[in-house]
Amino acid sequence: MTEPRLPDATAGAVAVRLDGIVKTFGETIANRGATLEVRRGEIHALVGENGAGKSTLMRILSGMYAPDAGTVEVAASDGQLRDVTGWQTAAAIDAGVGMVHQHFMLVPPLTVAENVVLGREPKRGLQVDRRSAEQSVTDLSARSGLVVPPGAKVADLSVGEAQRVEILKALYRGAKILILDEPTAVLSPPEVRQLWDVLRKLRADGGTIVLITHKLDEVMDVSDAITVMRGGQTVTRLRTSDTTPRDIARAMVGRDVALAVDAAGTSGRAPGTPNGAPLLELRNVRVDSPRRARVVDDVSLTVAAGEIVGIAGVEGNGQTELIEAIAGLTALAGGEIRIAGQDASTLTVRGRGDAGLSHVPEDRHRRGLVLDYSLADNLILGQQHHFTRAARLDSARIAEHARQRIAEFDIRPANPLLPARSLSGGNQQKIVIAREMGRDFTVLLAAQPTRGVDVGAIEFIHDRLRRARGEGKAVLLVSADLAEVLALSDRVAVMYGGRIVAVLPRSEASAETLGPFMTGAHGSPARVA
Amino acid sequence: MEAQIESRRASTMEALLPPVVALLIAIVVGDLLILTFGQSPAAVYRLLLDGTWGNAYGIGQVLYKATTLTFTGLAVALGIRAGLFNIGGEGQLAAGGFVAALIGLAVPAATPAILAVLLCTIGAAAGGGLVGAVPGYLRARFGAHEVITTIMLNFVVLALLGWIVSAKIHVPESLHTPEIHAGSVMRLSDIMPVFHGSAANLTLLAALAAAAAVSWYLFRTRRGFELRAVGLQPDAAEYGGVDVAGVRWRALALSGALAGMGGINFVLGYKHYYEEGFATGAGFLGIAVALVGRNNPLGIVFAALLFATLSQGGLAVNALVPKQMVDVLQAVVILAVATAVPSVRHSIRASAKAVTRSLSPKASAGGAQ
Repeated sequence: MTEPRLPDATAGAVAVRLDGIVKTFGETIANRGATLEVRRGEIHALVGENGAGKSTLMRILSGMYAPDAGTVEVAASDGQLRDVTGWQTAAAIDAGVGMVHQHFMLVPPLTVAENVVLGREPKRGLQVDRRSAEQSVTDLSARSGLVVPPGAKVADLSVGEAQRVEILKALYRGAKILILDEPTAVLSPPEVRQLWDVLRKLRADGGTIVLITHKLDEVMDVSDAITVMRGGQTVTRLRTSDTTPRDIARAMVGRDVALAVDAAGTSGRAPGTPNGAPLLELRNVRVDSPRRARVVDDVSLTVAAGEIVGIAGVEGNGQTELIEAIAGLTALAGGEIRIAGQDASTLTVRGRGDAGLSHVPEDRHRRGLVLDYSLADNLILGQQHHFTRAARLDSARIAEHARQRIAEFDIRPANPLLPARSLSGGNQQKIVIAREMGRDFTVLLAAQPTRGVDVGAIEFIHDRLRRARGEGKAVLLVSADLAEVLALSDRVAVMYGGRIVAVLPRSEASAETLGPFMTGAHGSPARVA
Repeated sequence: MEAQIESRRASTMEALLPPVVALLIAIVVGDLLILTFGQSPAAVYRLLLDGTWGNAYGIGQVLYKATTLTFTGLAVALGIRAGLFNIGGEGQLAAGGFVAALIGLAVPAATPAILAVLLCTIGAAAGGGLVGAVPGYLRARFGAHEVITTIMLNFVVLALLGWIVSAKIHVPESLHTPEIHAGSVMRLSDIMPVFHGSAANLTLLAALAAAAAVSWYLFRTRRGFELRAVGLQPDAAEYGGVDVAGVRWRALALSGALAGMGGINFVLGYKHYYEEGFATGAGFLGIAVALVGRNNPLGIVFAALLFATLSQGGLAVNALVPKQMVDVLQAVVILAVATAVPSVRHSIRASAKAVTRSLSPKASAGGAQ
């Protein structure tokens, strides 16, 4: 355990101090003596792997949880620290602490202005004074740089705009200390830059910002100080200017790791076989959703043997629907899908699996795992018809299969009877990877394969994807993390508004060249939404 | 291996503990209730025990009632395992009993007993299964929520059967059909005379066999694996290549068949005819049995015994306190289990969520999903 090192004196006085925070949920210990000190007027990055306890710590600060032990102090208006341990959200809001959650807490049918003022509505008699609400939003927008049309319905906004509404809401409530939980997961690179501008502006106005993230480039870009958490404890505190991504990563994981950014930069990887046979062919694929026609609009794409094709794009531009259509989970409204030369357009999910399709779904909690099933049972999900003896499941073979996969993919704890729910995010994802890549397949759909997993598991998963390419498989990768797409892909396709708006060879793809396509600025058809 | 034994022991404990704890809580509440009637709790409970487990007749009656409740409890549990809340047990049970009686009337009196019993039992399963299959089809095809359709179908089925019996095939001056020609099941008293007078019959072996079969189906077969996956996480099941709509359809039909088989207890084992309202409430009580038995077939057998004891005990204590006191005790048992056991709370919340979702206008677009 490294002794937390205090950053050198900074301009501001202490705005927030959490000390010795302990918080348990049943058997899970989320925080075990975590500390955090944030100074006024700084952007403070709170980093750590998934499950390190960052969000819990911030929810304690914002009054959503009461700590089991430890103290929470927040500077009052006179600058003096006040003990507020165990306060409620309402008190936290009154004291100027606002939190923007990873999952938005907005009311979709209401307008931007209505959402912003919700709970603190300006009144005219008994009625909500809409005009004054909209005026406040316009004023706030001008001050903060967070521009959103105040009269628009939240349901019609893009995810980036919805996030701006969340921040506006916190500012409207007078937040001086703003906590943002993984704010960039849903943003395109230009939107991320805009957000940084907003945060810098807020800082210039004397605001204090705590940014929860596990993306190291963001930390380096925007933060002044860094607190690293691991296993519910504070490992170290650093000044951003004195550190490197490698140091931060080492503190997060507790050992040296290969970073995706390094791999992309050094390009020391084996290139894919360019002339492999096409294993996955999409021809004019169209998907209609119940709410929207053409969520996937006329997509044609081929992935060859020994190739990783990455799909970049802001989430919600049809990537999910495209992957689900290829997997057989949604029906095609038009077009054709061929797997290893065979027309798979009308095959069932099971039929496509037997035709050689493996699928790492983007949401392991909803799709990829039956959380209450054991590891062993989850390792055969989708393959259960191959593990039968007459009507019965062959428990001996299932156990043996589990033993092998757990060993090969280093799933921990290595107990096949544990429910998948009890494993960490990274190990849960390894179950999915082990199941989908531990069997015969020719085509792999990897949707957000490293979302919410720790740095060590990311390394492992990337390695397996590259190995699959080396073995002549076709891999279609979808990731909201552009760095990941760039680090792994031989070709990069960009999806926008349901269409593939660009396909670039890896050598021409970069955040700069892809960014305009991701925002639709490149003369592509207007967004259908 | 050791871990498996360990987990089996744990699951037996898991099956037994909640009903026991619930019963203890119910007893405490019962004490207070009895005191308000100015009676001594000890005397009332002694009477309750004497009237149930205190003599062979009482035991026989408890076993008889537990038999029907085991079937309806299994029916509800199988549905819940598939994420479906079948509250059509009343109608399915009646339909099963009715079809069993029809077959018993249709076959010649000389039919070998085994064959006749088998035919009647299959008929009971088919009758209940058909009533369960209708909501199953509506759910799979149109996404109509089974909570609504199963409960509504109760009224339809009971009214229909009532009409058929009263208009077509009843014995004058009664609300029941003529006696079946063949297919009666031996009473327990035929083997052990001490049970004389009680309705207990060998259908209880069928109930135990059904519990074992449901357990095997749910936890040992591929179909059971897929059914439970649909119940826990339909999206993950769909991803795993499971035909989710088909599983739901089959689960409701199977659930109805189990409830329907409960009808043979009365028709083949006790009165040998179908009578309107022969097991009123047993279908609904199956929900409580499944909850307290935590959808675990072994737990359901114990829970059925518990509820049968309370229901038979209500008759015994009638002299000292109103027999409705036992209804209150049953309610307390259900509340105690529902609040004390996390997994039950979870499944109630999940059902409630499913219902709310199905009733909101947005859901109709999602259809069978």
